Parts: sequence; structure tokens; C-alpha cells
Amino acid sequence: MRTWNRRQRTLCLLLLTAVILLAVTVSGALLTDRATETDFAHTNLAPSLDRLFGTDWLGRDMLARTLAGLSLSIRIGALTACVSAVIALALGVAAALNRRADAVLSWLIDLFLGIPHILLVMLISLACGRGFLGVVAGVSLSHWPSLARLVREEVLQLRQAPYLLAAEKLGVPRGQLVRRHLLPHLLPQFLTGLILQFPHAILHEASVTFLGFGLSSEQPAIGVILSESMQYLTTGRWWLALFPGAALVGVVLLFAGLGEQVRRLLDPSSVHQ
Amino acid sequence: MRHRLEFAGKKCIRMVLLLLGVSLAAFLLMAASPLDPLQTNVGQAALGSMSPEQIAQLEDYWGTNIPLPERYLGWLADAVRGDLGTSLLYRQPVLQIIGERLGNSLGLLLFAWVLSGVLGLALGVAAGALRGRWPDRLIRGWCLLISSTPTFWLALLLLMVFSVWLGWFPIGLSVPIGAAADSVTFLERLQHAVLPALTLSITGVSSIALHTREKMVDVLESDYVLFARARGEKLPAIVLRHGLRNVALPAITLQFASVSEIIGGSVLVEQVFSYPGLGQAAVNAGLGSDLPLLLGITVITAAIVFAGNLAADLLYGVVDPKIRRGAARR
Amino acid sequence: MEPLLQVEHLSISFTQYDRGTRRRSLPVIRDLSFAIRPGQVTAVVGSSGSGKSLLAHGILGILPYNASLEGTITYGGEPLTRRRVEGLRGREIALVPQGVTYLDPLMEIGPQIRRGWRDDRARAESRAVLARYGLGAEVEGMYPFELSGGMARRALIAAAVVERPKLIIADEPTPGLDARAAGRILGHFRELAEEGAGVLLITHDLELALTIAHRVLVLYAGETIEEADAADFAAGTLRHPCTRALWNALPQNGFVPIPGTQPYPGEIPAGCQFAPRCARCREACRSGGPVPDTALRGGRVRCYFPEGGERP
Repeated sequence: MRTWNRRQRTLCLLLLTAVILLAVTVSGALLTDRATETDFAHTNLAPSLDRLFGTDWLGRDMLARTLAGLSLSIRIGALTACVSAVIALALGVAAALNRRADAVLSWLIDLFLGIPHILLVMLISLACGRGFLGVVAGVSLSHWPSLARLVREEVLQLRQAPYLLAAEKLGVPRGQLVRRHLLPHLLPQFLTGLILQFPHAILHEASVTFLGFGLSSEQPAIGVILSESMQYLTTGRWWLALFPGAALVGVVLLFAGLGEQVRRLLDPSSVHQ
Repeated sequence: MRHRLEFAGKKCIRMVLLLLGVSLAAFLLMAASPLDPLQTNVGQAALGSMSPEQIAQLEDYWGTNIPLPERYLGWLADAVRGDLGTSLLYRQPVLQIIGERLGNSLGLLLFAWVLSGVLGLALGVAAGALRGRWPDRLIRGWCLLISSTPTFWLALLLLMVFSVWLGWFPIGLSVPIGAAADSVTFLERLQHAVLPALTLSITGVSSIALHTREKMVDVLESDYVLFARARGEKLPAIVLRHGLRNVALPAITLQFASVSEIIGGSVLVEQVFSYPGLGQAAVNAGLGSDLPLLLGITVITAAIVFAGNLAADLLYGVVDPKIRRGAARR
Repeated sequence: MEPLLQVEHLSISFTQYDRGTRRRSLPVIRDLSFAIRPGQVTAVVGSSGSGKSLLAHGILGILPYNASLEGTITYGGEPLTRRRVEGLRGREIALVPQGVTYLDPLMEIGPQIRRGWRDDRARAESRAVLARYGLGAEVEGMYPFELSGGMARRALIAAAVVERPKLIIADEPTPGLDARAAGRILGHFRELAEEGAGVLLITHDLELALTIAHRVLVLYAGETIEEADAADFAAGTLRHPCTRALWNALPQNGFVPIPGTQPYPGEIPAGCQFAPRCARCREACRSGGPVPDTALRGGRVRCYFPEGGERP
């Protein structure tokens, strides 16, 4: 058997991670009905081979609830990460190309970073009346500053690149300049940044829901599950909090890994390791 | 010196403008909320059974019947005079509540800030210096794990292990129920603060450690470290002489910038441990649509965050020889 | 005289990824041999990007992680192993690097020269060595960003020679300086050689190298194509057509350009590296393996048909 070099291993790992995440998303979506099914014959069961994650005080299967919650988290995470990344790209490019926009953006970024993140998400969620819309708006409207800053710096640096200065001098129209010379160089950075937004988005969705500003308590979201488990911890029902939380950590780690693998494949500075 | 004062003055003006922006943004967001504070706090059924006069009285109290610009300007005029209004939930001046709650949270925040800074710097330097070897892998793995863990779940985990299972620490409330606040001894307070402080410190370590590691790796790959190695300096001496010096500047900036993260974390941690701090008050104010209190808390925390950034900028000027010498020569 | 440093068949290569997932090894320096004697300045001359700095780092054992080195290096008659060079670096073997980036930007010059020693003797030594290179005592308290280009170069020399090394490796010590300042810096190296040290001067500037060097090695596409006495250049007794072409390309010798470009390390042609640009190229030069390095008239040349007579 031939040995694989690092790049091939990274590519395989990337595909594997993506497949696992996809499987969790799909199975969780299919299990949403089971996640809310009560069964008063089997309440408060500790984990066993039959019910791997146990059941809660309404007899709901915790494994189904956890998977459904993860699926919900991943979908919301993907949605919010994409929205915030698009905002970041638009604002970052605009700031790099226009002086006035730059001043406004830098002020906005300072403003957004001045309010502790979770408080900001709370405020935006409140403005949208909490619930699904509140969470999505809160997380996507608060996550763009760091990526926007990155995009802005990257574009500014690119603009000083000799080939771009030459193109400008040669009279290449501005739209074409951005489309043909700027965006292709921005893409790797942007893709990596986009995927690295996922873990943050998922964590903040769970946190805000946990505090009661997010998804409503009928939804089997991880934040809801953990917030409910608080009341039962003192009575020793540790499984209600342990497994759903650990599963969430697992999903976030997988996304972080995905981001790292994409970066490794795309980033020129680590290409030759 | 004059240059430095000018610099600090400009920063202060920017900070005031930003605070104004924060207060306006927070005010608009809260005012835009479709959640009716009357319904949230009085209840649909109770409202229905009230006479129009009673409702009008309530609307006066919650301030929902005054036009927006007028409300904001009224708030601003009071705020400039040092009055942030009255909390609708607690029926006390907002400033008094914030003072009390901040007093409770401050120890927590400071402890976590210092511990996570020192620990993060040490771990980051060690990992960067031993790049690619097992301590580096271990530290990086640990940081990745921690940064992927929701703060509130970590708090739950510690609560389960140390309070429920081992029984070392009390489960909730910084003041035992039934005891008067001033009869609580310092030790009891401390006992209630240990787990929240620990949680906050653990979560704060990862970002500073990872950034310090990156910077340390950069430093070790720099030309001047190459020259130091060519002159026979060994790794420990290089790390102590060149590494720490060059890593310290970005670490200072990062550590002061992390104030915001630690305050954010305290919101979640205080909720889990029912610790009566500023974070818990923010959650209560948000859930209860207590506009004056939430606005007050947002402005005060933003002021703390901006003060942290300002401190970093000023400190940078003292530590960085380029700014220090450059300014002196003008 | 017994050589201080002897390098034989030295090769340095990088591992790199091609397009996609293919990994390859990129040879930067191939089959390099030379010797350095005490009291002599030996110059290695090659154009930018020909891997000259790696030669210095390879001798000192401080190559980057993805580079590997083959061949033998002996110092003072014994093999220069990794362990041995660690003990000699900074004491007997010193590097004079390219520029101000090799000084810690956040440390004053004095402590950098003293390498952490704080006693009076170290202080006196650092002051003396700075004075020797025309830098006043006030420089001790300056940060690198406060120095001019020439001052930084002199501070680097001072830092390198404070321990009185026997072998000095100077890696491009002059770029960015005007001709007079560059001449002064090179003068310092000549002086060090006259005091008995062996100097290896790595540079892209043939003209400047000839002002102080005793022996000159010409590097082309990662190979030494000729080793000659400095006097051979002016006397017209050069061996390789490429060296001759380089000499003729200097402004004062006719300014004759050489057509074509030097091949990139990844695209080494078969046969002689210089063949596509050589006026004396024949059929045999364009095929077969690498051209062997052979002795000729007190020097060495890598050519099947060297100038000044056919091969013996």
C-alpha cells in the first residue's frame, strides 16, 4: 500500500468530516417528530443500551432530541454564517474601495465590538421579537465585523499589488477589475473565513437560546434542552445535560476541523508543509 | 508628551462618540421590539380586565406612549446628568442596581481576566516554543476543545461535578436564601464565586493562548531569531530574551480586547450559577423588557470595554519603543 | 595552508507541493565543493534567488524545517556535525547577515551585542567593538529602527565578531548601500581576514566581490561553474564561458548583456546548465547527465570545452 502525503490525507479528512456533518443534519431533521414524542411509561430513564442518551421527565428520547437539536443548530448556523459572511464581504470590499465607506465601517465595527457579543445578540433578537427570526437576525447581524476587517485588509493589500496597479493604469474598467482580479484572490480567504464562522454561529445560537432569547421552548434546540436540564441537575439526572452538550461540542469541533482543513488546502503559506 | 496627550484626547472623544452610538443603537433595537412590555410584565389577561385609565397609567409608567426621539433625548439629557432612569422591574434607580451588581461581578471578572491572561500567555509561549512537539499538540488541542465548548455547558459541567456530585460548593445564589445580605461572611461569598470564576478563566485562556502561540511561531521564524541562533543562543534563552519581548505587545492588546468576551461570558455563567451579578441583571432586564435597565447595562459595559481598549492603546505607547522614541523626538 | 573549512559535494533541497497533491523535492544547490583558508576571503557569487543564503544557513546548521542537506562539511580537519556546530556557532563561526531585520526590533543594540551578559567586561567589549566599527557609545542605547542602513550593517558586523571568530560567513552584507558605504563595509571583512580569520563572502555583486576576494566561486543555477583566483578575471585567464560572459557584462568591461535567463531550480535542463545561453555550446553539452566539476590551471571548472585550451 502506498503512503499518503499530507495533502491527500487532508482532502480525505475533509470529505469524511463533511459526510458526518451531513449525516447528523439529515438524521436529525428526520427525527424531529420523535424528539417531541412523549412516553409516560418510560420517564427519567438513565442511559442504557436501549436508550443510549436516556429519557427525560416526559419520557422523550434524549438521543432523538439531541440529534434533532444538532440538526437545527447546524441549519441555523449555516444560514447565519452565510448571511454574515455576505455582509462582511460586501462591507469589507466597499470599505477598501471607498474612503468614506471605510470611515463609516471602521466606526461601525468599533461600535459592534464595543458591546459584548452575547448582549448584542440579545438586543437584536429582542428587536425582532425573539424566536427563530430573532436568533437568525441576532447571530447573522452581529458576526460580520471580524471577517469584514479581514476582507478589507486583504483587499487593501491586493490593491497595492503591482499587477493591479498596472491593470488600473491600463484602463481596465472598475467592475472588471473587481470581478476578474480582486475576487479570485479573495475567494480562498473568504471561504475559510466563512467556514470558520460556523462554530461561532452555532455556539451563539445555543447560548442565546439557553438564555431564553432564542428559539421557543417547544423546539428541540440544544439550548432549550440544556436550559430545561438545569432544573433536574440537583436530582442527579446528569445525562440530560451531559450528552446533548457533549454532542454539540463534537459538532462544533467538526466544523472547526473542516475550516482548518479547507485553510490548509487553500492557504498558500501552509501549502508546502 | 504633548503628542501623547493629544493622542489620548482624540481617543477619548472617539470613545464618547462611540458610547453615544451604542446607546442610540441599543435604544432603537429595544424600541423596535414587538414585545410589549405591558403584556410581558402585566399579562394579557390582567390587561384585558383593566380600565382604559389604568392602562394609560401603566403606559405612562413604562413610557410606551411617548414618541421615540423625545424618549431618547429625554433619556440622554438625564444620562448626562448622571441619572440613567429607574428600573421598571426592580423599581430602583438603574445606576444603583448597576453599582450593586457590578460590585458583585467585578471580583469575578478581574480574577478571570488576570488568571486567563497569565495562563494564556504562558501556555501560548510554551506551545509556540515547542512547536510541533507533544506539549504544543496538547495545548492546541485543549484550546480548540475549550473554544468549541459553549460557556454555559462548561458551567453546567462544573456545577454537576463539583456541586452536585462532590458537594464542595453550593449550588446556587451567592447569598443563601433567608440570610440577610450583610450577614454573609466573606468566605461564603468566596465559596459562591469560585466556580463561576473558574469557568470564566478556563474559557478565557484559549484565544490568548492560541494567538500568543501564533505570534511566538512568527517570532521564532524571524530573521533576528535566526541571527540569534547563528550566534549560538539556545532555545530557552531565545524564548526568554527575544520571544517574550516581542510577544508581549500583541498579547497586551489582545488581553485588553478580551474584556468584552469575559463580560459576555459572565452573562452566561452568572445565569447558570444564579450569581447576582451584572450579567444576570442583563438577562432579567431583557426577558422583562426593562428598557432603562438593559440600556444602562449596555452603555456601562460598552464604557468598560472602550476603557479597556483605551488602556491598551496608551500602554502600547509606553511599551513600544517606536512610539515612545518617535514621540519623544517630535 | 590547511583549510579551515572544507565543503564537499554539498547539496541542499526543499520539499514542495506541486499543483494538486503531488510532492516533490526542489534542489536549490547541487554538488558544491570549496575550501576556505585562514587569512583569505573567498567569495561565492551568484544572482539573486540562486540559494546563496541557504549555503550560509546550511554550514551553520540553521536551515528551515523543510530543507535537507547532503554532502560533507569539515571544519578544522574534523566533520562539522550538527552537535559540533551548535557549540561553535557564535564563538568560532560567525554569521554576518543581510540587514536590519536580523536585529531584534524591540531590544537596544548594546544588549544584543552582549547576548545577555551584563558584567563590566562584556560592557567594555561591546563598547570596544562598536568603536572599532565607528559607532559611538550612544548606539548601545538605540533601537534598530533608529539606525541608518550603514550603521545597522556595522552593528551586525560588531555583533558577529565580538567573540573573535575564526570563520566569518558574510551573507550579502552590502545591498541597499551606496558604493562608498559598501566599499567601507567590505573593507572591514578584508581587515578581519588580514588578522587571520577565514571569510566566506556571499554576494550577487561580482564587481564588489573582486575588490576584496582572493578566491571567487561562481554559482549558476545552483551549481559552481568555476572556481578562480581573483586575479584571473583581470588577467583574462578565466575558464568557463559563463564567467567570462558575467565579467563582460560589467559596465566597465563593455556592458555586454547575456541573452536568455538562468533556469529556475524546478526546471533544470539536461546536460550543461549554461548551454542554452552559451556561445561555445556544442552538441555534447545539451544532453547527458550533469557536467562534472574538474580541476584546471589551479582552479576548477564545470565545462566540457573550457576556455584557454581543450581539456587535458
